[in-house]
Amino acid sequence: MSQETREAILLRPKLSRTEQGARFFFLACAFVALGQMVLIMLFLLGEAGGLFKTANFFDFLFSTEWYPTYEPPEFGAAALIVGSLAVTFFSSLLAAPIGLGLAVFLACLAGKSREWIKPAVELMAGVPSVVLGFLGLVVLAPFMVDVLGLPTGLNVLNASLILALMAIPSIASLGEDALSATPRQIQDASYALGATRWETIWRVTMPASMSGLSTAVILGLGRALGETLVVLMVAGGAAQIPGSLFDSVRPLTATLAAEMGETAIGSPHYHALFALGVVLFFLTLGFNLLAHYLGQKWRSR
Amino acid sequence: MFLSGYTQKDREFRQKLAIGAIRLVAGGFLAVLAILVIYLAYQGLGAISWEFLSQFPRDSMTAGGIWPAILGTFWLAVGAMVVAIPLGFGTAIYLAEYARPGPLLTAIRLGVNNLAGVPSVVFGLYGLAIFVGFLGFGRSLLSGALTLGVLTLPTVTAAAEEALRQTPASFREAALALGANRWQAIRQVILPAALPGMLTGAILALGRAAGETAPIIFTASAALTLSAPESAFSEVMALPTHIFNLATNGTHIAATRPQQFGTCLTLIVLVLGLSLIAIITRARLRKGKKW
Repeated sequence: MSQETREAILLRPKLSRTEQGARFFFLACAFVALGQMVLIMLFLLGEAGGLFKTANFFDFLFSTEWYPTYEPPEFGAAALIVGSLAVTFFSSLLAAPIGLGLAVFLACLAGKSREWIKPAVELMAGVPSVVLGFLGLVVLAPFMVDVLGLPTGLNVLNASLILALMAIPSIASLGEDALSATPRQIQDASYALGATRWETIWRVTMPASMSGLSTAVILGLGRALGETLVVLMVAGGAAQIPGSLFDSVRPLTATLAAEMGETAIGSPHYHALFALGVVLFFLTLGFNLLAHYLGQKWRSR
Repeated sequence: MFLSGYTQKDREFRQKLAIGAIRLVAGGFLAVLAILVIYLAYQGLGAISWEFLSQFPRDSMTAGGIWPAILGTFWLAVGAMVVAIPLGFGTAIYLAEYARPGPLLTAIRLGVNNLAGVPSVVFGLYGLAIFVGFLGFGRSLLSGALTLGVLTLPTVTAAAEEALRQTPASFREAALALGANRWQAIRQVILPAALPGMLTGAILALGRAAGETAPIIFTASAALTLSAPESAFSEVMALPTHIFNLATNGTHIAATRPQQFGTCLTLIVLVLGLSLIAIITRARLRKGKKW
């Protein structure tokens, strides 16, 4: 077969009109979807840029003075960034071990009951965050005041606990997927060598699925970092660097949700809030890239 | 051998300790979940009545019902799906059926994947900047639905692509071998096989859209409307923002506590009901598939 006939057959240069139309339509859909990501970045950066006509970039990032309604206003995001990181960090101390424990339980220990526990856990991952925030507000906060004798129940601890409650189901579900994907043979090989069930889980199954487990934890934390309603309702809302678990904080997301509604479009405060949005966007992007990187790194071993 | 140094007794003890601890943690967490669910159900059921579900709020929200919020959430979710389903399914079909490896595919995949990780409040900012401000739709049902549509787009796309990829390659090859072109193969062979899976993903996304608060606080939501939404340009009430407003901003926070619990339960039943439908359908589909 000559080169030309082959190309003619393989390329089929004359596509029908519907075929061309369909191809064009689906490509257009994909472009619109991609365009959303581009537009989000453009609008965030564009609206945030307005702030730096009057404010200094380093002041914005490193000052802890967030007084948007003072005259002149001060837009220092450091306390808000620390607030976000603090609740995410403390929630991870609880969410990572419990989430992974639940994952191990589901994948290796639950047996038949896995069939209904896993869907139940996945269902819990879908509970709207406003409901969890509400529980923190009406159950956990009064408890902290009445039983622990704290001046306020709206603090880092409350937010961390509720965020952990939110992150655990998704860590458990993703982690269980990773553990279940471990090849049966290497676990059988471990048993054949005389290892106990726990030794097999700890030394074989978990290391083998480390990529999926670390991705599960990081994605769960990324969700906690971007979560808005929980921290808006139970973190207390004070823009300060917390000195203890019982101090109030004002995470980035809570600041955005609380203040954006009362801001005139185009005002310096409006631009400052978009600048916070940019910080939040890149923080969560960092978490997602880290999850992706960890997944790749462990997979290649 | 990595186990040297441990006696058999040691190893059995460690096994008991570790597995016992994991069972305890798992059981404890499930118990906490169960208690929370029972607590919400108990508190919520006390507030829910036919009047609560079918009436407008009265007496500064301390009496009456949540009908406009139910209606608003319904229209917001439907609107979001009208945006997300065609775009998401189209993108998924492009990714699964047409795209060839290359920079364009990488860019689209990267864009859609990262969209999934963007915090919901950032979608709210985006919606405020583009739909409310730039396009001039104002704070409205339309702006809120578009914002939620963009938010659920990556979920819908990922689920649809997954469903398309699970259709066996032999279906595709058989159709093409019979002389169908690509579009004919997609429309008559691949879509009928993949559509139930794609729709299941869309229902899950619908549940997510219905429960989101942050994206609609400044794009769509009003604290109180005195009539059902009249057009796409009306501000609407919604269940999640109603809970938030009553619990934090209201003048009668304590007096409206029953309303807050009732609204929570209504929202949970709605969201989890949708998820449950999707999960059950998905399980059935998996069992029913012969390929």
